[in-house]
Amino acid sequence: MLNHYETVFILTPILSEQQAKDAVTKFCTLLEENGSQVAAREEWGMRRLAYPIEGKSSGLYVYLQFDCEPSVIATLETAFRRDERIMRFLTTKLDKYAYEYALRRMHKEEAQQ
Amino acid sequence: MTQQGEIRFLTPQVKDNKPKKYCRFKKQGIKYVDYKNPEFLKKFLNEQGKILPRRITGTSLKFQRKVAQAVNKARQLALLPYVTDMLK
Repeated sequence: MLNHYETVFILTPILSEQQAKDAVTKFCTLLEENGSQVAAREEWGMRRLAYPIEGKSSGLYVYLQFDCEPSVIATLETAFRRDERIMRFLTTKLDKYAYEYALRRMHKEEAQQ
Repeated sequence: MTQQGEIRFLTPQVKDNKPKKYCRFKKQGIKYVDYKNPEFLKKFLNEQGKILPRRITGTSLKFQRKVAQAVNKARQLALLPYVTDMLK
């Protein structure tokens, strides 16, 4: 049964533009391989952190919204833990209202582009 | 002599005319508290970045828990500080 999930992760700021792109595509392909489609993908870019993480005070935020089997989440999270470019990640399961909110946000995103 | 009808009280009768508190989530029909939007969550934090109690914000129990969970997730993602001195 496909559940709706969203994940936000922070990349270390010392990455070059190309490395950051690779990291994001790496996780998108990982999801696609495990039979999930990435519905939305936003890069909030470099943002100041509220408190230093690993000695750095800013990071590249990336937001992914996708639907997948519950078992895929374990593989995704181990990939996050193994990858040293990722400073922090948070995946959440979307309930009815959260998913509605995510859809509205996606349409607003498209409207802006 | 005071007339029959007028009753005098020892302590002045204080009439608290502060506005009735209401749960903004029920009133505006918000169903989901988004943890990715720190500006909105800051309304529920005091200057030190701590979560305000329900008796001050007036939110209902159900939404106070959602706000608390959202604030904790935002803190995990470094969108909100755990403790700070001048948040606003």
